[in-house]
Amino acid sequence: MLNKLMPNWVKSIGLLTVFGLFAAGIVFWGGFNWALEATNKESFCISCHEMEENVFREYQNTIHYTNRTGVRATCPDCHVPKEWGPKMIRKIQASNEVLHKVLGTIDTPEKFNAKRGQLAQNEWKRMKANDSQECRNCHRFDYMDYTEQGNRAARQHPQAFIDGKTCIDCHKGIAHQLPAIDQHIGKQNDGAVAISHGEKPAEPAKEEAKPEAKPESK
Amino acid sequence: MKLITALALAAGVFLGGAGTACAQELVNEIGGVTIEGTSKVNMFRPEKDTDTIPRNFQKQPQLIPHSIKGYNVTQNFNKCMDCHSKERAEETGATKVAKSHYLDREDKKHSNISPRRYFCMQCHVPQYDAKPLVENTYKPAAKKGE
Repeated sequence: MLNKLMPNWVKSIGLLTVFGLFAAGIVFWGGFNWALEATNKESFCISCHEMEENVFREYQNTIHYTNRTGVRATCPDCHVPKEWGPKMIRKIQASNEVLHKVLGTIDTPEKFNAKRGQLAQNEWKRMKANDSQECRNCHRFDYMDYTEQGNRAARQHPQAFIDGKTCIDCHKGIAHQLPAIDQHIGKQNDGAVAISHGEKPAEPAKEEAKPEAKPESK
Repeated sequence: MKLITALALAAGVFLGGAGTACAQELVNEIGGVTIEGTSKVNMFRPEKDTDTIPRNFQKQPQLIPHSIKGYNVTQNFNKCMDCHSKERAEETGATKVAKSHYLDREDKKHSNISPRRYFCMQCHVPQYDAKPLVENTYKPAAKKGE
């Protein structure tokens, strides 16, 4: 009876081997996923002093770290996509960060600040390209109640959405300090990064836009 | 002479006693709140966002009618000027920076504010729900023609 039900290939390699492979698959996938999630924790991010000393400390003064309700966003909530495909791409790109950790590219605050403009622009570009996907995991336009927002926010938000802007167009430097920005005030930041407010409307929202940021943008 | 010594001693004892009393109460020099008891809950809160607040006297620097939490004015970036500069004011609906701010100390006009006006909050301040510690009867001088 059992022999009739079993396909030939199962018979040839044996029932035990089939179950063995299945179990091994579960263990392998579970292990892979566990390791992946282990690198997706804030404690992992700030185990590198590059992150702990610079961006993490700045972030501790911001609303995404401490606020009235105690809801928090951790590093990966904003810097790693939640969807499996984009997450894999981002994780593979992040291998470049390991290289620069070894090279010590940003291993002092001075070196970090010298690179801050480039790093920030990478991250802005990435968020612009995926329509601020990580922001919108929590902050959805569709569910915003403008009557609960401040006068200024309630006026600006609908207009920005009509113009096709995305979160990062206006909300730069909300979790970390900005690099030197050329605002044409005095000579201090002449020739520094020019900040954009999304004057050019973004392309229509893409569901699975590929993050384009350079990996060291974390 | 003995009297003076005695008085000084008495004063010393008195002041010493007062000193210990102070140390026990840990009075905050501003509001009389004990330092130990000062918590975030009892701190003054920023006023809710409002429209432009009328000036109390002529040439008063405009008050900031909105929260400035997390708005940094640093060497790298001036958050205020991100909305209040003349290029940005129209889009953001913010009050434009006054023309006087474009002049440097030689009265030379710049394309943006003069660096000496960089630190906005030296003159422009946000409002908190703090009550005045002392009543005052200040009245602005009458405007021309009043």
